[in-house]
Amino acid sequence: MHPILTTVLQRLALGLLTLFFVSVIIFSSIEFLPGDFTQAVLGQTATEETVAAFRRELGLDQPAIVRYFDWIGALAQGDLGTSFSGRASSGVDRSRPVVDLVGPRLENTLFLASMTAIVAVPLALTLGILAALYRGSIFDRMVNAVTLTTIAMPEFLVAYILILLLASLNPIFPSLANITEDTPFWERVYRCALPSMTLTLVIVAHMMRMTRAAIINLLASPYIEMARLKGLSPRKVILTHALPNAWAPIANVVAFNLAYLVVGVVVVEVVFVYPGVGQLMVDAVTTRDIPVVQACALIFAGTYIVLNLIADIISIVTNPRLLHPR
Amino acid sequence: MTNAPETYSAKDEVGQVRARRTRWERTWIELKKAPPTAWFGMVVISCYVFVAVFASALAPYGEADSSFGAYLPWGDGHVFGTDQIGRDIFSRMIYGARNTMGIAFATTCLAFLVGGGFALAAAISRGWVDQVISRFVDVLMAIPSLIFALMLLSIFGSSIPALIMIIALLDSTRVFRLTRAVAMNVVVMEYVEAARLRGEGLGWVMRREILPNIMPPLVAEFGLRFSFVFLTIAALSFLGVGIQPPTADWGSMVRDNASLIQFAQYDWKAGVTPLIPAGAIALLTVAVNFVVDWFLMKTSGLKE
Repeated sequence: MHPILTTVLQRLALGLLTLFFVSVIIFSSIEFLPGDFTQAVLGQTATEETVAAFRRELGLDQPAIVRYFDWIGALAQGDLGTSFSGRASSGVDRSRPVVDLVGPRLENTLFLASMTAIVAVPLALTLGILAALYRGSIFDRMVNAVTLTTIAMPEFLVAYILILLLASLNPIFPSLANITEDTPFWERVYRCALPSMTLTLVIVAHMMRMTRAAIINLLASPYIEMARLKGLSPRKVILTHALPNAWAPIANVVAFNLAYLVVGVVVVEVVFVYPGVGQLMVDAVTTRDIPVVQACALIFAGTYIVLNLIADIISIVTNPRLLHPR
Repeated sequence: MTNAPETYSAKDEVGQVRARRTRWERTWIELKKAPPTAWFGMVVISCYVFVAVFASALAPYGEADSSFGAYLPWGDGHVFGTDQIGRDIFSRMIYGARNTMGIAFATTCLAFLVGGGFALAAAISRGWVDQVISRFVDVLMAIPSLIFALMLLSIFGSSIPALIMIIALLDSTRVFRLTRAVAMNVVVMEYVEAARLRGEGLGWVMRREILPNIMPPLVAEFGLRFSFVFLTIAALSFLGVGIQPPTADWGSMVRDNASLIQFAQYDWKAGVTPLIPAGAIALLTVAVNFVVDWFLMKTSGLKE
């Protein structure tokens, strides 16, 4: 078999294994709940029967392994279980399926994340390449100083500075990003401007610095020296000689930062009261609604693992040494 | 006595008394050579530590003293005004330094104890012990730490001991990675082999043979880890699931005063109020990074 295929398959298998273990960890979180959590969910006045029925519904009368496979099987069919909230001690059950809670919010989060990515990735790559091209210049130093500052700031500080400047002092954008299902597309973009800008500032800094470092690293290699010595212009050296070899580190950086977006989105959603999965997860943590927390954790962790997997595969596939085996 | 060849005598040179520089003098010489950024960082950190240690003496009012009017403006007995239930923000900033930094410091120490201990054990034992621990750490690191922390907090509740344990556990995976990597280079040295051959136990080899030789990267990592832990705790508190009221903490102070930002048009001071605790967090992070950069440059001998 072609060596690339073998490596890619190995990496895929490893990724699947990681996903499996992560799902086990997330599943077993419910095992660590204190024994009386059914009472906490149903209220102090819950009767024996209600508690017993609730425990049966959760399958707590079965061994953990059976429950894990039930859970993962249901998950594969798109059933994430039922939320803890909305249950009363009298046995009245107004709880909603987790899918109904997560589904629309996941769309919103993906909207925000992709809107950020579309702006941030090209911007960061351009800035990184330009900074590498004109390194040591005023432009390079300015970009460096700005990105260093934004890296050191917590997301919520960036968010509030933007709100202060662009929503409060100069009312250009709304400070709350409340959107509903029937908000028209451009209205959505307008309302998401500030959260998206915050995320962009945070991830562009990382991406730009790492792109710059990846290219500058390459510029020290002999074949670049050769290209320079044969009289190519700096632009040509970077674009046709350095860049093709920098794709692997750059793809890694981009995927890493998109994965970082997954985490950053939680804080930013809370700042702007944006109805996304992050906000949902934080609310569920406060009310200790474990099924919702599990579902959100699984979504975030899954995205994170898959993005890292893609980055790894890209860097394997674009590696010239693997492309032409001896 | 000179070093000229005709009058030189080895006996004289050996007999010559030379005052050794004391540790303090040597430190001072190093410090004088430190770049301004490192100085800035050290001054900022010292100020923070001073405020944190003497918090109860410095703060004009109590941490949870809510006997004032809500949202009082700046000045007039309250340097930064009061918050939504009438607590003096300046006092809470001071107590916040103690609480946030104290918790972050305890967490970092615990993370190093756990992560470093396991890493050294893995590096020395190698074989299946190393494999089992390393693969376990790989799986833990596959979950984004903020998400993992949120999940664990929903199970164990948001008490301060739970917060410290959870974040220490998550960050110990990063400490493990680094410590194991640097320890691996030292474990293969002859003197470690010699110590093992003369029958020293695992604990001795860890403490006396390996640890002193991997100190510099660990100290730098301690600084960086501290700022990460600090940011994580601030983020969690900001989300409302970290340090719980009435304990003063910078992350939750940002959250509590966030609504003031709407009034920036009428009074810029009100608009800036929520940014003060957030800025304090950012400033400490920058300061720690400056010092760590300088330290790394010193110990690794790298000059850019």
